[in-house]
Amino acid sequence: MIVVIDYKAGNLYNVGNALKYLQADFIFSGDPAVVSQADKVILPGVGSAGAAMESLAEQGLVEVLQRLQVPFLGICLGLQLLFEVSEEDNTPCLGLLPGTVHKFDTSQVKVPHIGWNQVRQLGESCQSASILFKDIPGQSFFYFIHSYFAPAANEVTAAVTQYGDCFASVVTKENFWGVQFHPERSGEIGLRVLNNFLEVR
Amino acid sequence: MLAKRIIPCLDVAGGRVVKGIHFVDLKDAGDPVELGYRYYREGADELVFLDITATVEERKTVVNWVRRVADSIFIPFTVGGGISTIEQVQELLRAGADKVSINSAAVRHPDLLRESALAFGSQCIVLAVDAKRTNNSWRVFINGGRVETDRDALEWIRLGEELGAGEILLTSMDRDGTQNGYDLELLQTVSGSTRIPLIASGGAGCPQHLLEGLEAGGADAVLAASIFHYDRYSIAHVKEYLERNGVVVRS
Repeated sequence: MIVVIDYKAGNLYNVGNALKYLQADFIFSGDPAVVSQADKVILPGVGSAGAAMESLAEQGLVEVLQRLQVPFLGICLGLQLLFEVSEEDNTPCLGLLPGTVHKFDTSQVKVPHIGWNQVRQLGESCQSASILFKDIPGQSFFYFIHSYFAPAANEVTAAVTQYGDCFASVVTKENFWGVQFHPERSGEIGLRVLNNFLEVR
Repeated sequence: MLAKRIIPCLDVAGGRVVKGIHFVDLKDAGDPVELGYRYYREGADELVFLDITATVEERKTVVNWVRRVADSIFIPFTVGGGISTIEQVQELLRAGADKVSINSAAVRHPDLLRESALAFGSQCIVLAVDAKRTNNSWRVFINGGRVETDRDALEWIRLGEELGAGEILLTSMDRDGTQNGYDLELLQTVSGSTRIPLIASGGAGCPQHLLEGLEAGGADAVLAASIFHYDRYSIAHVKEYLERNGVVVRS
């Protein structure tokens, strides 16, 4: 059973829709007991880092997530929450990945970063990321909508996207994956990424 | 590279797409879900649905078709038209809309923008502005363009950005429906003085107009209705044309 974490903050509807379309067996839950029994966990993300972490803490989910051994996919804000700190509301996050999440520089680019942008996968060092990108052509376009980003220069970065400078659009470490784009809003190619996650063993 | 977005726009009244939609091969040319799905399959980057329903009673059907649209397409879509409370914003987002666009109500109660952006994030709050030229500037009109306000469009857009709007959907009332091209001067003026994405609207009649809006106008996305609705140009054709002219698009 896949658990999509319901932390009262985000719009879960469209992630659920995509999973339904892919005929995945999933439930929405914010119950630590249910999450810790999941075969896979998806953390969708809309909203602000501060509110999301507060809500995860209130529901007793922080430690459960930090201890997860099963495949985990963080989407958008869900990627950002994997890091140590977000500049958004100066929020301490889950700390599963090293580094800080920053805000885009409005003197350089328009913020939010909205629209379809290309994802460039890095070399072979990212074996586990290639599972997520099976059958996805290089430089494919995905839909982004965010104001904060994880810097590209990090050993957990598996793919990068250019907006002003490059940022990390896919990160991975052990059983944790994060994508900054919205696979549930990125058409057929996004559904393929989600499907690849469903097939992770 | 970030691609420029091509956004077909559908006007909906009482749950039916209106305003001269004419596709011969659709079973139900008035169904927002079927039309939305068609554009999704054709390669639209995003969709905008404007509910122009007049009565409160009919408006209740909005959530119903928004949910059905969300169930059938996997690209983002915006819903606008008559949104005047934070509860309506929440209801539409919960139904699966990715963004909502707010127009008249924001002019009347600018706090609605601030509160919505705080509650749901700037990324899902689009400020829609209907602007009409008066001498050397542009005036904001509300209520579907029927009521003139004393707000200057540029000043209003700057304020909207400050209040938390994440995107601007800017319609030139002078050009809307003319198919003579966007008001490029308006677009240049706004894109040069805001730091949030700008969607050009009003006046597109052919692919060259879209190119002008993106290049000369400096818009990040172009909204168009009639050029797609009448099957005059397919989205693929438009994108091919833009790409040939050096615009980055999602192919």
